[in-house]
Amino acid sequence: MAIETKLLTITPAPHIKSGFSTTRMMSIVIIALIPAFIGSVYFFGFRALLITLISVASAVLTEFVYQKLCKKKVTVTDGSAALTGLLLAFIISPSVPLWLPAVGSVFSILIVKQLFGGVGFNFLNPALAGRAFLMASWPAFMTAKWMIPRSGTLSGIESITTATPLGTLKLSGYSTNVASSLNSIESLKHLLLGNVGGSIGETSALLLLIGGIFLVITGIIDWRIPLSYIGSVFVLYIVLFLTGVSQLTPIFHILAGGLMIGAFFMATDPVTSPITKKGRWIFGICAGLLTVLIRQWGGYPEGVSYSILIMNMFVPLIEKYTLPRPFGRVRRTA
Amino acid sequence: MPKFFTFKGGIHPGEFKFTEKDAIEDFVAPDVVYIPLSQHFGKPAKPVVKKGDKVYVGSLIGEPDGGFSASIHSSVSGTVKKVDKYHHFSGNMEQTVIIENDGQMEKDPAIKSAYSDSITPEKIIEIARNYGIVGLGGATFPASIKMSPPPGKTFDTLILNGAECEPYLTSDHRLMIESPEEIILGALLIKKAINANRLIIAIEENKMDAVSVYEKIKDKYKFDIAILKTKYPQGGEKQIIKAILDREVPEGGLPVDVHAYVQNVGTAYALWDAVYNGMPLVKRIVSITGSVKNRKNLKVAIGTPISALIEHCGGYMGEAGKLISGGPMMGIALYTDKIPVTKGTSGVLIQRKEEMSLDEPTNCIRCGRCISSCPMDLMPNLLGDFSEFYKFEESKDLGVLNCIECGSCSYVCPAKKHLVQLIKVTKAELKKKR
Repeated sequence: MAIETKLLTITPAPHIKSGFSTTRMMSIVIIALIPAFIGSVYFFGFRALLITLISVASAVLTEFVYQKLCKKKVTVTDGSAALTGLLLAFIISPSVPLWLPAVGSVFSILIVKQLFGGVGFNFLNPALAGRAFLMASWPAFMTAKWMIPRSGTLSGIESITTATPLGTLKLSGYSTNVASSLNSIESLKHLLLGNVGGSIGETSALLLLIGGIFLVITGIIDWRIPLSYIGSVFVLYIVLFLTGVSQLTPIFHILAGGLMIGAFFMATDPVTSPITKKGRWIFGICAGLLTVLIRQWGGYPEGVSYSILIMNMFVPLIEKYTLPRPFGRVRRTA
Repeated sequence: MPKFFTFKGGIHPGEFKFTEKDAIEDFVAPDVVYIPLSQHFGKPAKPVVKKGDKVYVGSLIGEPDGGFSASIHSSVSGTVKKVDKYHHFSGNMEQTVIIENDGQMEKDPAIKSAYSDSITPEKIIEIARNYGIVGLGGATFPASIKMSPPPGKTFDTLILNGAECEPYLTSDHRLMIESPEEIILGALLIKKAINANRLIIAIEENKMDAVSVYEKIKDKYKFDIAILKTKYPQGGEKQIIKAILDREVPEGGLPVDVHAYVQNVGTAYALWDAVYNGMPLVKRIVSITGSVKNRKNLKVAIGTPISALIEHCGGYMGEAGKLISGGPMMGIALYTDKIPVTKGTSGVLIQRKEEMSLDEPTNCIRCGRCISSCPMDLMPNLLGDFSEFYKFEESKDLGVLNCIECGSCSYVCPAKKHLVQLIKVTKAELKKKR
């Protein structure tokens, strides 16, 4: 039988979709990083801006070129590459040579993200893996020189260097005087505001917290990961501080280093964190535990990035054992 | 402040209940009606008429083919033109009885009330079967089968489902407001048939005008009202039982396993009509909504082509892109407006070309929204992956067969993946193997 009418479009249900998209999600995360970005330019000057721009531009360009060369659909407009570049810049020192963030971004996007299948398929957080690559390849650039906030000029950084608050104690040979000055209200205030040496976007706990809470409120990230991560670091350091193992207070530890940026912006990366709610608790608590282990007994003063990278690799295992119980299932048959 | 019942998961899309204030209008049956023999869950009915036969409103034209089927009746009086394949909502051409309407709307002489105060449960179930009563919420499950539980299983509560959680649709809402006593009388028949001791009418909080109608008669007929939170899929059978009775239908089980029986308000009305007036199910309320000039709630003879309804509503607004039978979440997109209204057509939603959501799926970013939205606590992301890689067996342990196909996962997905469709593929593949 001939169908003479004009045919209508048929698709499977549902016929309406929410307005939420990957692009919107990435954009909101980038917006949440704006306070920390402004802070970074305030503290570390034009150089912070330059490194951030180079990092973002090379991340986006790498993705674009790779996808063009491989004749894949170009997905740079989803914002995920830009976000990776931004986060990578935020976790490297403002004193690094300008080619370093570019190399890091290429590694993050090309090796960690695209070679595994692009957005959604990377098993490590690309920005953190990029940082780990730079740390392994150019440790001198990555850890030796930290800028004193509000001191930088484009050329004059070589002479003005400092240590990060977390590194100071180790460098001083665990001096009690140094520890008590680090624990002082004045020092904690600097940590909160970000007026300390450190990576470009990680120093201001307050500005990161503002962005992080914005992400929780907008439903972009699950509060379980930052809460369990920061919470477990805090609780463990209460124990370590009271028993005299740690000379630094728990408050110092949650404000210092990369914990805030790590807990709100790295550990919550949906691609590399557990998708189950129970799994997110486990992920956060274990990352906190690892961070404390590395900070307290490891070779590095800071352990956030490695703890998250290690936990990234446990995600499939965690998910396997935290599957939700389907509605109506009495006991697991598997 | 009344307590609002709800369940875990689900979504809250825009409601768009444009026609909730529009009284139901009788739509005059067109010159020709196309009544498919397959309008219900189960085997198509067997035709009992042939070309040239004279039929009346309510005359049997298709009898149930075996136990799992339903009877079909003529919705007009006139002459059978032919029994042939015709456009069908399923997308296939299906056996259809095409009747030329003589416009007299003469009732079948055999039609008379079967009601008496001493009507037995068996008689009610028999009427439901003979008069073609099926679930009008959309699933079109034959009511007589539902009312006859397997031996040893019993019901204690009848939930009358007036949730109407699908956006846009207002047919149940209007029926609840305009025919409250009929609905309750029909429900009391079901209650009697299944020997339940409690009747609860469940209505979402966005229909408080309907709630107030039932408040007035609840003491007279002795039933309870449960106000549900406005959330999709609140009207899902398992969700509504969980929300109101806090009972969880076991995996692979039926509501009878937790002694609950859920039936749509429209079905109760149809049963009332069948028992009190002797009229088989030949008409239903259809919301014509979306991009149509005048949106309406119409009482339509089964077999009326949708094109006639749209013409009656002033035609399409703009260029029609999609014609959806049912609501936007679970409705079926139709390829032509020649397709007739059937027992399950709760609404017709028209989307203009520019309103259609045709986003290309991108990679899953594992945000977990599908999991939070799943009312059955499944992992739609994983089930979707398994389906894409043809690993159907692996989905079984994850409970894929529990999926109620509500589409919440597809709705929330930021990567616009066709999750529920992928899951449907897995379910179909697993069914094939059994």
